[in-house]
Amino acid sequence: MSRYRSYLYAILAHVGFVLVWHFAVVWSGVPKFIMPTPLEALRELFEPHYNWGNHIWVTTIEVFGGFTLAAVVGVAMAVLFVWLPGANAALMPLLVTLNMIPKVAMAPLFVIWLGFGIVPNMVIAFTICFFPIVLTTYRGLMEVEPELINLVKSVRANRWQIFAKIQLPGSLPYLFSGMKVAAVLAVAGAIVGEFIASDRGLGNFLLIQQNMLNTGAMVMALILITLIGTALYALVLALEWFFVTRKEVTK
Amino acid sequence: MSAPFIRIENLRKVFQVAGRELVAVQDVTIDVNEGELVSIVGPSGCGKSTILSILSGLLQADGGTVQIGNQQIPFTPGRDIGMVFQKALLLKWRTILDNVMLPAEILGLPQRETRERARDLLQMVGLGDFTDAYPQQLSGGMQQRASIARALVHDPKLILMDEPFGALDALTREKMNLELLRIWRESRKTILFVTHGIQEAVFLGSQVAVMTAGPARMADHFRIDLPEPRTLDIKTTEEFGQYARRIYGLLGLS
Repeated sequence: MSRYRSYLYAILAHVGFVLVWHFAVVWSGVPKFIMPTPLEALRELFEPHYNWGNHIWVTTIEVFGGFTLAAVVGVAMAVLFVWLPGANAALMPLLVTLNMIPKVAMAPLFVIWLGFGIVPNMVIAFTICFFPIVLTTYRGLMEVEPELINLVKSVRANRWQIFAKIQLPGSLPYLFSGMKVAAVLAVAGAIVGEFIASDRGLGNFLLIQQNMLNTGAMVMALILITLIGTALYALVLALEWFFVTRKEVTK
Repeated sequence: MSAPFIRIENLRKVFQVAGRELVAVQDVTIDVNEGELVSIVGPSGCGKSTILSILSGLLQADGGTVQIGNQQIPFTPGRDIGMVFQKALLLKWRTILDNVMLPAEILGLPQRETRERARDLLQMVGLGDFTDAYPQQLSGGMQQRASIARALVHDPKLILMDEPFGALDALTREKMNLELLRIWRESRKTILFVTHGIQEAVFLGSQVAVMTAGPARMADHFRIDLPEPRTLDIKTTEEFGQYARRIYGLLGLS
């Protein structure tokens, strides 16, 4: 299938989804406070007193901040594990154990430690999406043909050269697959954080509107959260295209 | 006559496997002259690759001596080795030219001149039009040509080839054999060529070392006196058949 045709199919599916939503609501006669139509949800965006801009901004900072922090710390830790097998032997099992803690359940603790606001939510987003990045990057760094190592060692390649020229670029496809998982998790982390530890942001807004049974605004908040996540995901895809896909064209 | 370029005497290597000693290779004695192409032929597990690892300095021998280089042709370990493996081992995020540059980069050779040299080498191996292509765009045979160019880029004195054409289909392999002979004649390199193809060993080698497994040792080595330059025609000659039969005999296959 040609590339443009597959784009077309993807767009049609999205449009189709919105149409199904619209007509399902209209034809079933569900009241607006149970489920609004897409247009009714969209109309909420033009209510100035909702202060959308501020909420969008707060959530975006939390999602992108937590994700960036996870990418930086995650890659650094994976590199550490590769360079120091002892650190890997000791800390990897510990990380697996710590990862079993439901991060969502840690949110009340973060409130005690870090207070209300953007920082604790960013930290929750970070803790929830950091592990997949460590795991995939470590895996990618270790995935090197032993014969290729022999080849470069025959011209006395040092550890740094092997790392910079072979391991690191070779790990990028793995890093990006970890980042795609992490992007989804980062959004979930930030929103759950806002449920518990925030007086701002789209997650907090969602809860407040629930109290008023303002379903239209809730759905609109959900759409905006989805768009923030999609923007992050698109950024990861763009980076992946630039660093990996572009260079792996096939015949 | 001057001293041989490589002198291997009673080479022995033992591995510790699960607390027991496993003789990986023993009784290897062979002299290789500069500019010679020597085939090392034998079944899997006869220690062929171990010999190459010792020559490349990746493994230490446990007995015997290995001497590379002589007064006329000095040899610098960690500098004068080029390697080719069964897999082309090209980095898929680098263009063919940049892949060929890898050993030169590691050795810190001057960029501009080595790039020129890399281009010339790619021309020589028939990839002149593919310098900016990525490995995935090339066929298996073409990838292996690129890996041969990579082994030559830093102008090493010794090329070690570990079953380089083992993964190619039979026809491509024949073609690559002819190509290798041409590249060898043009570059005048000393090449050690490990294979388990008996025909290939006789066709390529000016000398053949025959290895047997269990125990892993060198059974014999002898010169192949076939007319140069070699063409596919010689494969059907009586002399060629005699050499092949001799190897079959040594490997207990006749």
